[in-house]
Amino acid sequence: MTLNAIWFWILGGMLIAYSVLDGYDLGVGSIYLWVAKSDDERRTALNAIGPVWNGNEVWLLAAGGMLVVSFPKVYASGFSGFYLALMLVLWFLILRGVSIEFRSKLESPLWRSLFDAGFWLGSFAIALLLGVALGNVLRGLPVGADGTFAGSFAFTLNPYALLTGLLSLTTLAWHGANYLRIKTEGPLQERSRTWSARLYFLVLTLAVLATIITFWVSPTVAANYHRYPVAWAFPLLALLGLSWGFRSRQAGRERWAFRGSIVTIAGLLGAAAMTVYPNLLYSTVSPGYSLTIYNAASSQHALRAALLANVVGMIGVILYTSYVHRTFSGKVHIGDHGY
Amino acid sequence: MDVAVFAHRIQFAFTVMFHYLFPILTMGLGFFIALLSTLEILKNDPRYGAAARFWAKIFTINFALGVVTGIPLEFEFGTNWSRFSAYGGGVFGQTLPLEGVYAFFLESGFLGLFLFGHGKVSRGVHWLAGMGVAVGSLLSGYFIVATNAWMQHPVGYAVDANGTLRLTSFWEVMLNPFAGWQYLHTINGALLTAAYAIGAAGAYYVLSGRHPEFGRLSLKIAVIAGVILSLTQAFPTGDMNSRNVTDYQPVKLAAMEGLLTTQPNAPLAIIGMPDPATARLIDPLYVPGLLSYLAYGNSRASVKGLDAYPKDVLPPIELTYYSYHIMVGLGTLFIAQMLLGLFLLWRRKLESSRWFLWTLMLAIPFPYIANEAGWTATEVGRQPWLVYGLLKTPAGTSPTVASGETIFTMLGFAGIYALLAFLFVFLVGRIIVQGPDEASSH
Ligand code: HDD
Ligand code: HEM
Ligand code: HEM
Repeated sequence: MTLNAIWFWILGGMLIAYSVLDGYDLGVGSIYLWVAKSDDERRTALNAIGPVWNGNEVWLLAAGGMLVVSFPKVYASGFSGFYLALMLVLWFLILRGVSIEFRSKLESPLWRSLFDAGFWLGSFAIALLLGVALGNVLRGLPVGADGTFAGSFAFTLNPYALLTGLLSLTTLAWHGANYLRIKTEGPLQERSRTWSARLYFLVLTLAVLATIITFWVSPTVAANYHRYPVAWAFPLLALLGLSWGFRSRQAGRERWAFRGSIVTIAGLLGAAAMTVYPNLLYSTVSPGYSLTIYNAASSQHALRAALLANVVGMIGVILYTSYVHRTFSGKVHIGDHGY
Repeated sequence: MDVAVFAHRIQFAFTVMFHYLFPILTMGLGFFIALLSTLEILKNDPRYGAAARFWAKIFTINFALGVVTGIPLEFEFGTNWSRFSAYGGGVFGQTLPLEGVYAFFLESGFLGLFLFGHGKVSRGVHWLAGMGVAVGSLLSGYFIVATNAWMQHPVGYAVDANGTLRLTSFWEVMLNPFAGWQYLHTINGALLTAAYAIGAAGAYYVLSGRHPEFGRLSLKIAVIAGVILSLTQAFPTGDMNSRNVTDYQPVKLAAMEGLLTTQPNAPLAIIGMPDPATARLIDPLYVPGLLSYLAYGNSRASVKGLDAYPKDVLPPIELTYYSYHIMVGLGTLFIAQMLLGLFLLWRRKLESSRWFLWTLMLAIPFPYIANEAGWTATEVGRQPWLVYGLLKTPAGTSPTVASGETIFTMLGFAGIYALLAFLFVFLVGRIIVQGPDEASSH
């Protein structure tokens, strides 16, 4: 495998890790108002993600930084092309972070409802918009000869991207419900189980629908899956995850439900990566204008240096992230510390 | 100037200046919290533990705002400065993911352990988590300052055939000679600000007669740390920064010092208003030969003035000059104030000198102003270059973003940040009014 391809898969892996990790706290947020009703339940839900949500978000930042150094032209073209949409994402990220941290600082019910709404809205919108962004990348963009494009709002919100947005929203919400099933007890756990079961069928329907439509909409998918038959492993992985999800709808099988949503997310995103490879931004104007892992990459020297520096660090990150997650495993209880 | 370019610059300047208000205290307080937790264990004295917990509450709020305002900046390299990223991403971008990988993960993971870990981890691990937070914050400063240092003094690159930059040496970028002193000066400024925050809170508690014991402890820590830090802010870190500027960016030096004409035995302007039109300072107060001495270690050396450079590489002179003088002027006052505090502490009059405590309490905005002014001098003085000597600022913007879009998002940030600032002051104010846990005030 070339260095360029290795970097493609590192970025893919980072995005999968981000979606699996931050995915459950985004998911908790998008169903939060309905699964957690009383103040104690809401505090429990927040404490379930409290020690980890910020670290989970760092996967996105690190992935962004890695994109700058490995494929700077893609970072430049993609981020400036989706200018307004990304600014909206930023504002929702601000809203969400501030809501989580500030909600329980005051006793006032009014204050708390305000930030409850902020946490929900921020999580919901980000889970949706991440999927919209992915849909646009799968569908191809009007990249011109100079490697740039201007993606207006109307353009960004096309029906296919909305479908992938909905798929992302429901999958993460399902994932979040599965997470809460593990972390909580009593009525909160029971409601999370109901939501997990309901969302499951939506995820299944949308995943199948999106897969079929992708074969129709994406200009690169058919050739890729023909050329690299191993690619089918990813949709199969997603199916495996979905089947675990199905078997674990009853109470008492929380761990399998959560594993199910992890594997589903990994499978779906892997399948998406296989759809575009080796393009990063496919040009619908002329395939020759596409930004690929070859023409948009930094020099080989830069790729090698960054690979070494980041891989060494990531080993440490994985070790202590697992330590933090292990320390906080098990049911959450609200007390004096935390939210 | 082109409206589109202006809008990108204003938005970046506003969002980065707002962000920086928070890391200052994160980096500074992280260190003091780790110090207090260590003292608690070493001296087996719960007062230090209570102080650490008190500051950790303020740290958490401050940290949250640092995080949410930092994320936009990382995006803005792509959204607003796309040609800059495409041009040099493979080189200056080396430090960007490392900031996440080596610092932010550490910081956020250990902060989770530190805040939520009571009862789940042993005291030793809890203490280690506090150290992890401090080290993580201090490290994140290095990577981002190294990124900035590369824009001030690009190294480790070669120009490719197509005009973009190619990395030639990772270690040259990481160990940029410009970065070391810039980093130490920045961190020192953050630590000094935290010392001022601790001092201001201590002064407030002693003056108001609530939690006086906690107040006295805070005052002592603040004054002792403050004397050391205000001195190291000027020497060696500030001084070495000036030498770097002298060596690598002599035009910036001339603008910062208001040296309009080249001269041997160049004077240091203490005050005065530069007037580029007539090429002189209005109402100046000079120390003859001092600038030559500070820059070259020899009071006779000739220092190049602004007249020695072509007009199209001059930075905006007034802004650079004033912000630099505000920083240095405040730095001098900090030294004087802290030395006075030390004298009072030595004579055991610190707590009874109410006039001094008032000055300490009201001084809290000024270290922030000095920090922001320092960055303004650094960044505005770098103009018209985005990457010094290689890429001019207007050539780095995003071509596909219309000026109306940037003006719209700039207004959006202004509104959101005004709200955040209000929330921050409100919540931190409440914590200060509530005071530390009783453990420290009996
Ligand atoms: C508490 C804040 C504070 C105080 C009191 C001072 N500084 Fe400072 N200064 C900073 C906070 C700061 C800063 C915000 O941290 C900067 C911006 C970039 C940097 O490296 O540090 C800075 C930049 C900066 C620069 C520009 C570096 C460049 O352009 O790359 C110079 C030459 C000095 N400082 C020198 C001094 C001197 C001689 C001081 C004497 C008292 C001083 N500073 C006090
Ligand atoms: C936190 C402290 C910082 C402050 C307060 C600050 C302040 C500013 C200001 C006032 C400007 C506008 C200059 C002008 O347009 O005339 C600016 C521009 C800029 N700065 Fe900084 N800066 C800081 C740190 C950084 C760092 C660490 C980086 C890089 C990693 C950086 C990168 C830039 C860029 C890309 C621009 C826009 C281009 C330009 O106008 O030169 N800044 N900054
Ligand atoms: C253009 C310049 C900058 C960029 C792109 C940037 C980026 C970021 C990002 C993305 C975060 C959030 C990290 C998280 O989620 O945990 C952050 C926080 C932080 N940044 Fe910045 N930053 C910039 C300037 C600076 C400067 C100049 C410093 C210090 C010298 C600094 C120090 C920190 C620290 C210590 C944090 C931790 C959170 C906090 O302080 O509250 N940043 N920054």
